[in-house]
Amino acid sequence: MNTGATKSIDINGPAGTRAATAAKAHGFIAPPKMRKPLHLGWLVMTLYLIFLLLPIYWLVNMSFKTNVEITNTFSLWPNDPTLRNYTVIFTDPSWYNGYINSITYVVMNTVISIAVALPAAYAFSRYRFLGDKHLFFWLLTNRMAPPAVFALPFFQLYSAFGLIDTHIAVALAHCLFNVPLAVWILEGFMSGVPREIDETAYIDGYSFPRFFVKIFMPLIASGIGVTAFFCFMFSWVELLLARTLTTTAAKPIAAIMTRTVSASGLDWGVLAAAGVLTIIPGALVIWFVRNYIAKGFALGRV
Amino acid sequence: MDRPTNQKAWFLVLPVLLLVAFSAIIPLMTVVNYSVQDTFGNNEFFWAGTAWFEEMLHSQRFHEALARNLIFSAIILAIQIPLGIVVALSMPRKGIGVSICLVLMALPLLIPWNVVGTIWQVFGRVDIGLLGHTLEAIGIDYNYVRDPLDAWFTIILMDVWHWTSLVALLCYAGLVSIPEAYYQAARIDGASRWAVFRYIQLPKMNRVLLIAVLLRFMDSFMIYTEPFVVTGGGPGNSTTFLSIDLVKMAVGQFDLGPAAAMSIIYFLIVLLLSWIFYTVMTNYERGGQ
Repeated sequence: MNTGATKSIDINGPAGTRAATAAKAHGFIAPPKMRKPLHLGWLVMTLYLIFLLLPIYWLVNMSFKTNVEITNTFSLWPNDPTLRNYTVIFTDPSWYNGYINSITYVVMNTVISIAVALPAAYAFSRYRFLGDKHLFFWLLTNRMAPPAVFALPFFQLYSAFGLIDTHIAVALAHCLFNVPLAVWILEGFMSGVPREIDETAYIDGYSFPRFFVKIFMPLIASGIGVTAFFCFMFSWVELLLARTLTTTAAKPIAAIMTRTVSASGLDWGVLAAAGVLTIIPGALVIWFVRNYIAKGFALGRV
Repeated sequence: MDRPTNQKAWFLVLPVLLLVAFSAIIPLMTVVNYSVQDTFGNNEFFWAGTAWFEEMLHSQRFHEALARNLIFSAIILAIQIPLGIVVALSMPRKGIGVSICLVLMALPLLIPWNVVGTIWQVFGRVDIGLLGHTLEAIGIDYNYVRDPLDAWFTIILMDVWHWTSLVALLCYAGLVSIPEAYYQAARIDGASRWAVFRYIQLPKMNRVLLIAVLLRFMDSFMIYTEPFVVTGGGPGNSTTFLSIDLVKMAVGQFDLGPAAAMSIIYFLIVLLLSWIFYTVMTNYERGGQ
């Protein structure tokens, strides 16, 4: 990219570097960080973050405006800030129930996915068995299945079981892509734990379930956290299946947003406020897992 | 590492098998069922053989949607992968800046997809959106509702906004896993910034880049909600991708036979292309070392 950047590093020559390494090894000085960001990297980063935040800023801006101001004037911040749009949402049960519905099925899906994926991932990471490789690839193909393909058959399947418009229906449907992903991530983390630990525990007389819960699960706690994050993420953002399988009682908030098309036209203000409120849970979750994000996104595979 | 053979491991996999069988195999069988039958209503079905498949494979509508989808995925990969790498290389070294960048970058990934669509639908509008209004103010004739090119521009910009961070975060994860010693060796050898990137950082990012390319290809090829909210497949049919066409056919027109045949062809194409990507890239990875 830019060779000028390297020249700005102080080059002490081989001898100096070796001395520095020796000193570091004895803990005398802090290790010099060599992974230099790009030359002008801060500029790239700033521009990129501005690009990411502009549309969100515009949505927040709109959510504090009245509809008259949105359609009639063009302003970079609300001239006459109002909380009316948020009041509409928080006083109408059909609005805030949407949030409860979304959170309910997302949590159910996360729990189910991790519960079934844990033993499976252990089997894949520790044992060889008949058809293991094929099974693993077949699981992954479900992650590649377009949800549009499944929308109609899911509707018919869950109708037959009388599950339409329940939270569990959406939670189960989202297992289609979340369970393979959970197995894949957990397998990566579990393979990082040396097998000697299992063997030692068995010699010490632990039964398999006790070993798994008492010893193994704490060891891959961060992996479970990362998996939960991904299950939450993909279940929270998916809408095609969630909308197909619900009518009123379990309708997700993101689908309720389309209601703002009323007789008087689009209620832009309420639409923007509802959008802002759907961003908040995601932002909170990211804040809690921020230290694991980098490793988590590599799915335990670096 | 050699894993011991143990057939009892099947019991550990059983819950996953049952669950995925319920949510994948049964629905898929329904699709297969529809794809070989014809109906005249009243729940009476007739064997139709491969008629629907032949019709789909010769249908111009299907070819056009497929072509659009392939072009879209190609553009998305061509923009997002290099941009993601550059952003990952630009991450600050340490301190509070790292956390702030990570959190802000991950933000678009956790917004429900139709809200992403709504955000860009509003953002791009000429009358009330910042992007549309600004473009018009500087004299560019921009209207994504009328002009196919503008619609494509909006959707691609939206997808870059939505997903580039995923590539960047994956690459960043690869970068932080590189041991300090590699950089020290490079410095001793007086390696240039480009050489460090080409021979240390890029090989170390291979694995995560593979994941990034696969995920981005699969998801851009299956895209439905975001373009549907922004353009509804229009203007005309210019942004009607495979998923949008499929839902239109199955739910809108209730053409179950053709829709089911299309579903299967569509799924097979995704599988085939993902498999090719996967094989080519793993071979390249092995050969490149």
